[in-house]
Amino acid sequence: MSIDLSQFHQVFFEECFEGLDVMENGLLELDLDDIDSELINSVFRAAHSIKGGSGTFGFSSVADFTHVLETLLDDIRSEKRTMDKQGVDLFLLSVDCLRQLLHQLHAKEEPDLDQANQLKLKFEAILAIGLDGEVAEVNDVTDVNKDDKLEVHDGIGYWEIIFKPHPEIVQTGNEPSRLLKQLAVMGELDVEANIENLPDFTALDPELLFVKWTLKLRTKENKGAISEIFEWVVDDSDITITWIDESVIQETITENPKDTADNITSIKENSENKVTKKVSKPKASVESQSIRVATDKVDSLINMVGELVITQSMLGQLGKDFSMERVHRLQEGLIQLEHNTRELQESVMRIRMLPISFSFNRFPRLVRDLSHTLNKKIDLKLSGENTELDKTVMEKIGDPMVHMVRNSLDHGIETPDVRKAAGKNETGTLTLSAYHQGGNIIIEINDDGAGLNTQKIKEKAIEKGLIKESDNLDDDKINDLIFQPGFSTADVISDVSGRGVGMDVVRRNITELSGTVEVKSVPGEGSTFKIRLPLTLAILDGQLVRVGKEIYILPLVSIVESILVDEEFVNNVGGGFEVLRLREEYIPIIKLYDVFGVEPDSRKLTDGLLVVVEGENKKVGFIVDELMEQQQVVIKSLEANFQKVDGVSGATILGDGTVAMILDVPGLIQLSGIQLISNLKAGNNAA
Amino acid sequence: MSALEKSTDPTDTLDSNDGQIENNDDTQQYLTFLMDGEEYGVDILSVQEIRSWEQATSIPNVPDYVKGVINLRGTIVPIIDLRTRFGIVQEEYSRITVVIVLKIKTSKGERITGIVVDAVSDVYSLATENMRSPPDVSSHVNTDFIKGLINVKEKMVILLDLDKLLDIEKIQTKIEE
Repeated sequence: MSIDLSQFHQVFFEECFEGLDVMENGLLELDLDDIDSELINSVFRAAHSIKGGSGTFGFSSVADFTHVLETLLDDIRSEKRTMDKQGVDLFLLSVDCLRQLLHQLHAKEEPDLDQANQLKLKFEAILAIGLDGEVAEVNDVTDVNKDDKLEVHDGIGYWEIIFKPHPEIVQTGNEPSRLLKQLAVMGELDVEANIENLPDFTALDPELLFVKWTLKLRTKENKGAISEIFEWVVDDSDITITWIDESVIQETITENPKDTADNITSIKENSENKVTKKVSKPKASVESQSIRVATDKVDSLINMVGELVITQSMLGQLGKDFSMERVHRLQEGLIQLEHNTRELQESVMRIRMLPISFSFNRFPRLVRDLSHTLNKKIDLKLSGENTELDKTVMEKIGDPMVHMVRNSLDHGIETPDVRKAAGKNETGTLTLSAYHQGGNIIIEINDDGAGLNTQKIKEKAIEKGLIKESDNLDDDKINDLIFQPGFSTADVISDVSGRGVGMDVVRRNITELSGTVEVKSVPGEGSTFKIRLPLTLAILDGQLVRVGKEIYILPLVSIVESILVDEEFVNNVGGGFEVLRLREEYIPIIKLYDVFGVEPDSRKLTDGLLVVVEGENKKVGFIVDELMEQQQVVIKSLEANFQKVDGVSGATILGDGTVAMILDVPGLIQLSGIQLISNLKAGNNAA
Repeated sequence: MSALEKSTDPTDTLDSNDGQIENNDDTQQYLTFLMDGEEYGVDILSVQEIRSWEQATSIPNVPDYVKGVINLRGTIVPIIDLRTRFGIVQEEYSRITVVIVLKIKTSKGERITGIVVDAVSDVYSLATENMRSPPDVSSHVNTDFIKGLINVKEKMVILLDLDKLLDIEKIQTKIEE
């Protein structure tokens, strides 16, 4: 029976990447002065399962490399060796290297083994020095096999394999007959079973194996290929492989360990060649994104479906012989159905939610590496790692967060001597925290560095023509300018060159997720970036508004208030647009019917309602004819079958089955701005 | 027509002296529909379903031939009025006005789009070899989306290249140009 292993590749790679993350985090948490054996154990276990998995799937380049890692880790685990800073660095490098190898294998590319080989040599060098006794023994087991692998016999003869499996072998999931089948593929196989240990049928324990085999194999393959077949059962059986030369000279393989590095590497090259051959076979497997879900989430889902089924059968029974007296029972049933549906929807949504630690976990490494290159001392504090966030949002927020963390480290936190001079602790602190607030999740990136240089930002903004010298802006507004396109923070705060991505990209990415980002900064005390994101991208609390015959949905979170317009407070600014004075603010009025070209009930401002909304820190008012109900709506993409429409973030299906557009507030503000300008131009031309 | 003369294909009930021939490897089935007296054909494999016209939700700031979007069992599907698209005088939608829901392959994968036509006509098996390429007409008439012309029952059927006709991005850029 052959199993197509490639169907498990996706899971294997996912597990490997998770394992690598575990290793990386374990290594980073390691306190070199007081090594926590449990941490080393977890790193070791992760390495071990990567090795095991990659062996099973035939990725021997990964397996070989991980094996060396594992050997060293095992020594450290059993306290035969100590871990030092270089060791941690080396391990971290190899984690990177493994990750790269796995990525290449995942993409079905030829793995680039240069780095792996170099690292392997380093590890072997470490293993070779000191601790001759026990360590050498550890090496023996592996090296013996490798030496033997070279042994090839061209003469007339056969391999005699005495295979004595331990009785418990079948309990570990190994099937000896499968091994025999594999051997039979290699050449002519003669099998002799020894059943002398077989007990009486009445005494037979079906879970134990009592058979031994003597196998005669005529093959051109070398010993390595044969012992490879037995690789997985080597711990559970006694195997001797002997070359029987038919010119009667018996040659027994002596198990003499030779530590020649040349041999090892050449063998490894052999096996690597094998791998690349396997990999180069194009397999048209469709990659699907998968998600790991906690069992309790699935359980609650199953419970809910159970309840739904009960409600359904209850309603079904009611429907069979329905009379008007039972109408209240029908109503009850419908209420229950609504409950069930909502709960079901919520639990399905929860399945997509992952703790934000998935995103946070990459930062310890980043901070460690970056503080090293920048010669700064930085402590990273994480809080609220268990806050759950939609998977899609999480994937998209990763890069902007990395960018902001790098910025904080690079420009925010000062070098130790500067900090000392300023009377601060030499070690800077970077805090990443996540928490819920209302229907949003907030991610804060806080550093206790120098804060933004507001004065310099202002100068730069004036130089770039973003603001005028006469503009009277408070500090927060000025700091907010760093999110403007073309505003490189690197130019402003330090001479370290920018990385080609500005904060405007960060803001754009976050806005695409219907989130916001703002910055608060206190000179000398540090700065805080606050990202506000919706919990999920799939459902939205919406306010239905009507303009003429059209119904639109406004995201509830963006609505500040809704008011009746008093003509007295409306001013016409420059003929182009009108503003409403609302308390201390001037709010531009956007007429949705103009922007969207629909016919409203009335064009008189006082007949409609003004919905004041906030988007990207700008407040505007939309004139609508009527506010309708509020409801949760499921966001459907317009782009799937059509294309992106300006001012509309998506569509949804209302209770009556019709489609309604969901308004994109920042987009609408932009859209109306463009229209205002073109209107003005048109006016000028006419004049 | 006697039973002997009947072809295996139920749609193929006519003599095969013009474009329409018996079903073999070289033929393709086309669904035809009527618009302003002309008969147009689309590849039947791209037709997902035929529905009666229902009010669509309009999309702001799009070309006028995009009538809006409808809810097709949970999927948002744009509806395009082919009359407006072809610059034919708009007619009131009537009881026989239908929407043909098409699945088309575009540069961005499969899209589902509905087209509003006057009425559905017939299904023909047509041999591609009998197809004539559209005549070169003056440059301001875009004939890109016409796959070819073919004679069926002494009548001309215009076969449409849906991928070109309904690739919205291309339409838009054309308009902008």
